[in-house]
Amino acid sequence: MTPILLTTSDLLLAAGLIGICVLLSVVLSLDIHRTLAIAAVRMAAQLVLTGSVLLFVFGRSSVWLTFLVLAFMFAAASYEVGSRQQVCLAPSWHFGIGGFATIFGTVVVVLVGLLTALQPHPWYQARIAIPMTGLLLGNVMNATSLSMNTLLSAVGRERAAIEARIILGATRAEAMNGLIRQAIRTALIPTLNQMAAAGVITLPGIMTGQILAGMNPLDASKYQIVLMSLIVSGNMIGATLSAGLTAARLTDARGRLRLDRLRD
Amino acid sequence: MTSLPSMDSRGSTRVSDRTHSRPLCPAGLSLRGLRNSHAGPFDVDVPRGRCLVVTGMSGAGKSVLLRMIADLDPHQGGVALDGVACADMPAHQWRRQVLYLPAEPGWWSDIVLDHMPDAAETRGLLVQVGLREGVLRTPVHRLSTGERQRLALVRALLLQPGVLLLDEPCSALDEATTRKVEALLGDRKAKGMAIVLVSHDQAQADRMADLRRHMMSGHFTGDAA
Repeated sequence: MTPILLTTSDLLLAAGLIGICVLLSVVLSLDIHRTLAIAAVRMAAQLVLTGSVLLFVFGRSSVWLTFLVLAFMFAAASYEVGSRQQVCLAPSWHFGIGGFATIFGTVVVVLVGLLTALQPHPWYQARIAIPMTGLLLGNVMNATSLSMNTLLSAVGRERAAIEARIILGATRAEAMNGLIRQAIRTALIPTLNQMAAAGVITLPGIMTGQILAGMNPLDASKYQIVLMSLIVSGNMIGATLSAGLTAARLTDARGRLRLDRLRD
Repeated sequence: MTSLPSMDSRGSTRVSDRTHSRPLCPAGLSLRGLRNSHAGPFDVDVPRGRCLVVTGMSGAGKSVLLRMIADLDPHQGGVALDGVACADMPAHQWRRQVLYLPAEPGWWSDIVLDHMPDAAETRGLLVQVGLREGVLRTPVHRLSTGERQRLALVRALLLQPGVLLLDEPCSALDEATTRKVEALLGDRKAKGMAIVLVSHDQAQADRMADLRRHMMSGHFTGDAA
């Protein structure tokens, strides 16, 4: 069960591959060699840094250090979830709703995972808690930002249709329901694709990693099944919360559609 | 600014809070100091069975007024129907009774029957506004502007509102059809509906008006009632 460790020459080989890609970009005038080189250096630096930080944190086995790392991850996710959206709410609401939905969805499924299926001792053991949280956080963040983005861009387009319902006596929940459902569905499409493709078209990341690390493939697949279920649940929670809260923010207590709260 | 009415927690004012205002119209629509940053204050009564016609240039604030009456935009001051303030009832119930028909009505589905039942009452109204029954089976995007305008009126009247707020309801209709629509509105008026009609058509205003107001840059000018 010992994983095959990579040597310096393996890393040089990887660097060589990037070098060939850069060369190809120049030869084929793709004009991405600069971006590619910068991205490669950045990726390497980020990963080595992350590896070193995790090595340090795992060695300390301190609760506070673990929570500090998690807090940093949550803060970064709260920022990322709201960026790259064309239509926004006022910043505090935008990042507040996105961050809250992401963190809430992640925390719920991480706790379920740590307290039931995995049960490390202690349950907050950095070696398990941090990678688990990272994996789920990334997924929930994607679902949440897709959900918010779908709702925010649809609400302007569908203004007349939503208001037609409100005018005819619909409550704000009745008027926004269709859009909320559409946003949640859109947010879950990548996850559903991933689940459908799992094992047939792609070998999922966790399973691949476990197999490479020496785990029996059947055990690795069980691991993947549990994690995939956690991912889909976290995504569902994050997408539903963010769509619901965004819809609530875009209406008011008198059931009016408040697109004046949008920023371009 | 001592005459400013006090505000309740929702940011709109109860009509009864305005100490110096006239008593509310017991059977009909009353506006008391209704305003927002674009238009108002407006004070007017429209008893049931009457039609108030509001004229004025584009951009004078006529649609803003109708949207405030229907509680679709944040506002101050009060509106009441039959003496019951808008702020004292759930907003969706208010809007069902005080129904706004925008100049360009919205459709939440391309299927007409998602918007109204295929019932005898619907068919009766279609005939009265000069629409053939086939429109119920036609996709909304294939209907003409005039057909959509009349369908939206049918959709609204099926809810039996106490007040109808009409924003240029006949702008896309020919003379004969306009008369049909006016006859239907007159019929509902006789049965106790109050109407606020925004119109650019002077002749229509003359035919429909029991009360008139002219709006200029967000305010009613002279009292022509």
